[in-house]
Amino acid sequence: MRLLIIEDDAEAAAYLVKAFREAGHTAEHAADGLDGYDRARDGRHDVLIVDRMLPKMDGLAMIGALRAQDIDTPALILSALGQVDDRVKGLRAGGDDYLAKPYAFSELLARVEALGRRKPGGASEPTHYRVGDLELDRLAHTATRNGEEIALQPREYRLLEFLMKHAGQVVTRTMLLESVWDYHFDPQTNVIDVHISRLRAKIDKGQATPLLHTVRGAGYMIRDGAR
Amino acid sequence: MTALGKLFRTTAFKLALLFLVVFGIGSGLVLGRVALSVKGLLDDQIAQVIDAEINGLSEQYALGGVRRLTATIERRIREPGASLYLLANAAGERLAGNIAPLPVDRIARAGAGETRYARADETEAKRFTLMRVVLIRGGEFRLVVGRDLEERDRLRRVMGRALVSSLFWLAVIGVVGGLFVAFRVLRRVDAMNATAGRIMAGDLAERLPVAGSNDEFDRLATNLNAMIARIGELLAGMREVSDNIAHDLKTPLTRLRNRAEEALRTARDEKDYRAALERMIEESDGLIRIFNALLMIARAEAGAWRDAMAPLDVGELVSGVAELYEPVAEEAGMRLDVAVESGLSARGNRELVSQAVANLLDNALKYGANGQGGEVTVSARGDGQEIAIVVADRGPGVAPADRARVLERFVRLEGSRSRPGFGLGLSLVAAVARLHGGKLELADNAPGLKVVLTLPRGAA
Repeated sequence: MRLLIIEDDAEAAAYLVKAFREAGHTAEHAADGLDGYDRARDGRHDVLIVDRMLPKMDGLAMIGALRAQDIDTPALILSALGQVDDRVKGLRAGGDDYLAKPYAFSELLARVEALGRRKPGGASEPTHYRVGDLELDRLAHTATRNGEEIALQPREYRLLEFLMKHAGQVVTRTMLLESVWDYHFDPQTNVIDVHISRLRAKIDKGQATPLLHTVRGAGYMIRDGAR
Repeated sequence: MTALGKLFRTTAFKLALLFLVVFGIGSGLVLGRVALSVKGLLDDQIAQVIDAEINGLSEQYALGGVRRLTATIERRIREPGASLYLLANAAGERLAGNIAPLPVDRIARAGAGETRYARADETEAKRFTLMRVVLIRGGEFRLVVGRDLEERDRLRRVMGRALVSSLFWLAVIGVVGGLFVAFRVLRRVDAMNATAGRIMAGDLAERLPVAGSNDEFDRLATNLNAMIARIGELLAGMREVSDNIAHDLKTPLTRLRNRAEEALRTARDEKDYRAALERMIEESDGLIRIFNALLMIARAEAGAWRDAMAPLDVGELVSGVAELYEPVAEEAGMRLDVAVESGLSARGNRELVSQAVANLLDNALKYGANGQGGEVTVSARGDGQEIAIVVADRGPGVAPADRARVLERFVRLEGSRSRPGFGLGLSLVAAVARLHGGKLELADNAPGLKVVLTLPRGAA
């Protein structure tokens, strides 16, 4: 993935560039909003990582300017302002995701990869997801494994749907809480883990190859174990 | 002079001046109107007298022609308080009358009007008359009858003087009164300013003087005093928070540092280093969560969310959060009963209220367990004004003496310290309740703890 990191703190930027390269992406760095705008204008990046407060041109203003030029490269906003209303402002300005500092790099990586995957703009979502022998029919709202239907609660269905949409990618607990439950707060306990283990019991129990994996220190991933 | 300069800039003085101008214009208008009416009345009267004279003279003329008319005029002008008469020929020469001849073009046409005139024995026309001209025999003779306006004009002068003198006294009284009021106001404002200055210089214990008369100044002083008290509370709260942060972050920070040192000293292979680093990341995540929780509390207490409030369906919100925690209860071997009414609308911030309910549920599931598992009930009910969100458990409960204390930041009761947590959960709930104009109460569930979060009902 080609990433553009627009961040005025040189040390943080260098860390991000290095970490994303180690994760197998190409990353370039712009130190202020104008530079970032110039580089992003040709739309050749897969994801923009934008610090909210930037010299010369504010991060939100920069995204707004790009959107006005029909550049719809997904943008993730990084900000020290982590409150609900700040996030709403960020998303309203044209950002696609919002992450408050300080963050775990695994969280940022997972979100950037999820955003980058989304890119083929406008392409409609498939009606079926398939991972190994697990299948999700989004029209009938059913999940089957090995042709056998799995009885799922509505919330479990949405949880599985989100995981399968991002099959092969790490999905963090916060991403699940935000996307499946639409909560943006700290749930204190391992609530998500409990929901995941319930879901896991339904799809992986008694199967030879588990599909729902825990990624230590990051989150969860659905992938075909045979890979 | 500085006191006077200050006075000119005071609101009280400006107001006094404004009233002065308004009353001045008002009384001027009233007196002017009266003067006009009086003049109109007098003019009417004069016109009637003139008409009556002319009628009489016309009769005389009809009886005996110009000769008789002349004789009648000669007789009338000798009577005391006589009107003004002039009988002239077509060339304007006087045939009879008690005034000097008037310019011929002035009496060429019949009609009424005001004009200057001179008495027969005077040369200069300096008096005023209201007169009426009548043409006799198609203009061969001209009869002028008028009344002197001296009396009317004198009345006008008297009224003008009355107007001027009343305006003068109005100004004097207004200025003196305005000055009196302004000085009084200034004295109290100066006293308040002096106190405010001392308070700004750092003496937050000082209060503005309240005279006890319950006037605007007292109300202002009372409100400002309440404001200062609130600022003092907030400052104390902030000082407390920073002290607590300093204290409570020292422990995890020390642990973090110890881990790093220990790893450097004892780790032998990559696996050891990795394990140590992972533990350190966990510790720093904990630190970040404490920071976030403190920030959220501080912002809720400062009312920073007031503009991010929207209509909320409390029942829906509560059952949503309960659904999120239901598997947690099941895993802990506890039962979670949910009973919410529908149509409970309040005005609030969804994230904050959800977080508050989540904190209550989390607490109930953490501490509400007893020997036989335990059950937690969560309900949302409303009456006319309020919505009560109740989370009740069957655990050991909280002793009445500790109920106020557990709402404070970083307070963790004995027996809970071994569990994960920072002692911020209930503080946040209390802050959320205050932000929404509600309250948080802890009660005995006999046995167990019953926490009631009350929110004011709002229009959806």
